[in-house]
Amino acid sequence: MADEQKIESPSYDDIISLIGSKFGDKVKFRESTKKNVRSINEKRRIFMDADRDVILDLAYFLRDKLNFEQASMVTGVDWVDHMQVIYHITNYFNSITVEIVVNIPADDLHVASVAPVWGGANWHERETYELFGIIFDGHPKLERLLTPKSYEFFPFRKSYKLRGSQ
Amino acid sequence: MSYNNVQDWIINREDWTPVEKLGETFGSIVDISPYAGYNLPYDVGVKVWESLGGLIAWLINLIVPGNPVSLALVSDWFTNALAIVVMVVVIFAIGFVTNLTMIWQERKFLGRQMDRRGTMIGPLGYLQCLGDGLKTFMKENVAPRAIDKKIYWWGVVLVIGTSVLLACMIPLSPRWYIVNYNTGLLLIFAFFALAPFLIMCAGWAQNNKYSLIGGLRAAELMISYEVPMLILFAATVYMTGSYNIGEIIQWQEDNIWLIVPQIIGFFVCVVCAIAESERVPFDLSEAEAELVEGWQTEYAGMKWGLIMLGDYFRGFVACALVCIMYLGGWSMPVIESFGWYYQYFPELFMVLKTCFVFIFFITARGALPRVRTDQIVNVGWKVLMPLAVINLVITILIKWVVDNGGVF
Amino acid sequence: MAQEKMNADKMWLTMGPQHPFSHGLWTLRVEVDGEIVTDAEPEVGYLHRGWEKECEQRDYQKIIPMADRLCYSASMTWSHLFCKVAEEALDIEVPERAQYLRVVADEICRIQSHLMWLAAVGTDAGNLTIFLWALREREFMLDLNVRLCGQRLTTNYPRIGGVRNDMPYYFERDCLRGIERFEKALWDIVKLTDESSIFVGRVKGIGHISREECANLGITGPAMRGCGVDYDIRRDDPYDAYGEMDFYVPVYKDGDAYARFRVRIEEMFQSCLIIKQAMKKLESIPKTAPYRLKVPKAIPEGTHMARIEDPRGEGVMYLISDGTDRPYRLKVRSPVFVNVSASKRMVQGVRIADIPTVMAMIDMCLGETDR
Repeated sequence: MADEQKIESPSYDDIISLIGSKFGDKVKFRESTKKNVRSINEKRRIFMDADRDVILDLAYFLRDKLNFEQASMVTGVDWVDHMQVIYHITNYFNSITVEIVVNIPADDLHVASVAPVWGGANWHERETYELFGIIFDGHPKLERLLTPKSYEFFPFRKSYKLRGSQ
Repeated sequence: MSYNNVQDWIINREDWTPVEKLGETFGSIVDISPYAGYNLPYDVGVKVWESLGGLIAWLINLIVPGNPVSLALVSDWFTNALAIVVMVVVIFAIGFVTNLTMIWQERKFLGRQMDRRGTMIGPLGYLQCLGDGLKTFMKENVAPRAIDKKIYWWGVVLVIGTSVLLACMIPLSPRWYIVNYNTGLLLIFAFFALAPFLIMCAGWAQNNKYSLIGGLRAAELMISYEVPMLILFAATVYMTGSYNIGEIIQWQEDNIWLIVPQIIGFFVCVVCAIAESERVPFDLSEAEAELVEGWQTEYAGMKWGLIMLGDYFRGFVACALVCIMYLGGWSMPVIESFGWYYQYFPELFMVLKTCFVFIFFITARGALPRVRTDQIVNVGWKVLMPLAVINLVITILIKWVVDNGGVF
Repeated sequence: MAQEKMNADKMWLTMGPQHPFSHGLWTLRVEVDGEIVTDAEPEVGYLHRGWEKECEQRDYQKIIPMADRLCYSASMTWSHLFCKVAEEALDIEVPERAQYLRVVADEICRIQSHLMWLAAVGTDAGNLTIFLWALREREFMLDLNVRLCGQRLTTNYPRIGGVRNDMPYYFERDCLRGIERFEKALWDIVKLTDESSIFVGRVKGIGHISREECANLGITGPAMRGCGVDYDIRRDDPYDAYGEMDFYVPVYKDGDAYARFRVRIEEMFQSCLIIKQAMKKLESIPKTAPYRLKVPKAIPEGTHMARIEDPRGEGVMYLISDGTDRPYRLKVRSPVFVNVSASKRMVQGVRIADIPTVMAMIDMCLGETDR
């Protein structure tokens, strides 16, 4: 990817067309239906679903080609039948935030780590690992961070009921 | 001279000159300088014993006439020994009260600088320090288990001990001193330089990484300020021609306060004195932001309280040194021409001047953040050291001009 | 007796969780070679209380006071952020008056949070005067908080669809007076810090981070703008009434602790400017205008994301609603959580004495870090 020119401040349409041409149907874009949200109206949010296989390529493409410098956060979601990892990636020049949703089957909780791409994702992935049990392959130090090292369960999964909850 | 009975002593005591007796009793151990033959605290001790011991001896003598106990009570040796004890207690007490006053002064001044009230207990908040002292007395004496016990205890005892000793060694007037050494100033510097070594030992003995770093920093600090301080000291001694504190002040009284020819030296000396007493801009060895409490981390309760007290004693000594070397000690140019000055006030003015110098210290503490370890070495060797040398050169030039019949 | 050879090269120093520099419960383990730090390992989690999981058991309205508790000194921005993500989920726009009130409250919060930081910088640098002067000014800001919201710290002021109450009587006068007074008082503190060569010597040139590294490590907020990243969510991704505000985003390219210090100091002056503009604008909006919308309890199904410029950096909340009155998942991105993960990079090569000053510039707040 070194030979490709980095676009410092890609426009909304550029991002969609470039990602679409590179990844094809591995990445699907979603349109938001909201009317009154300013950042969506002014085209500063891009929503996409990505395949689990392409997430690392997509991350490198976003960083090296489209100049998305910062990983705002990495979120894990437990949908009981499957899990999701959601990435929010920001470009500092046009302040477009990309939301990438990756679905992970419940019987194989592995996804490629983006911590080598964005150092800011490091602790978010560790947190997601310890709270949801999603394993990020290639993470430099996938250890428990917030919870004690002795925990053998993943407290943010829906199967873990809080006291007093219905 | 010994007395045959108590009446004899009562009659003959008028021609009794205490300091000479002191010399007779202790022989050559105590060197009595011709500068001051009269020692007020010692005299107080003698007077106290004259009235108190004389009364006891007289009462015993009434019951059992001609007994040896009452004679022994009023003998020269006993009077001298008791007088020396009282003298030490008086000197320490005055030093202690001065120290408390300076703590109160600092807390009150700092409070005003920081837009708060400072101490509030007692009249003008003066009794707060006593209250704090009492509080630390009531603390349990805790020490960690895995320490080097001997050095742990002796280190802190010696740090406090040398501080108190230093404070007692500062003469407050021609008649207020413990020992009038001819090398008094040199001795004070020697004792002053002892503390970083003891702090290093104490820091090592605590088996704590923070105190270890703090102790090593104390050594690092010492090499950066001690050298310029000694060069300043050399300039002072060269100018006045004596190591004796009394004579240094006498010279300043006769000629001029050294702050005038050595104004550079004065400011360098204030900075060095702050560093020497390890107060806030230079308190690297107890930097509480990064080293918790530095070398004092494992000293809890009363040990901590005494270390704080010792710190203030060292602050007092540092201020007094600045005062002696540059501000003419107990001499006051106009006021001393009145006859009553040396009769009543020299100690008071010395203490007041010391407190005045302490204001510099307090202001530095209120206005400046702590310097870093490399910065203090930089400042010490690249700023203070050249300035001290310049000060020495100026001193030598002035001395040369004056000696060769120059402008003065 | 076995003679063991002592390893005298380097040692690990555990700073925290109870350490004067840590300003909260966290641990920074540093490897030191003499006085020089060669490696570091931050450890957080002492305050982890499962905030996100707790929220899944609560109504949306009940989460607002909980959001206040994320950070004691920036409570307003967190409850604001939660209300914003809920409003985005409901797809509503809050009334104009509420938008400006939120801006005023946010900026008061930002000033008092930065003053808390300034006080901490004072103690970390070893000067208590800075600490006390900054906290004195902070009290006036907290008084403004009391006037506007009725609380000093955990204000519980924003509501989904507006704010809890309109300005009280004479708040405009008090606020403007307070701000004017503060601008003068801040100059005093600047004289004590920025014009003191010892203070500047303490913070200049330490904890250096390049622009690329800063962006990659995800450092946000004033720490990021001190590294040369020209980005402020208030200006570049405006929310509420920030789009109409005219202010300047201080950016320094040096990337050291001093640059971060300057950014925060200038941000305080800019906050004063924003408050003045917002108060002026509020005068033109009639007092009878609505300040709060009535909103349904339940939020329709969907995924929603809102971001806000917290005093410490970029705060993001990601909400997944399932149509009930409780969130399915609420994720909080805490700026300090990411900033502190970069502390390993920041403190390498500095001296032990610099660790407090370097770490002070990211303004630790453990409530939001551990959540």
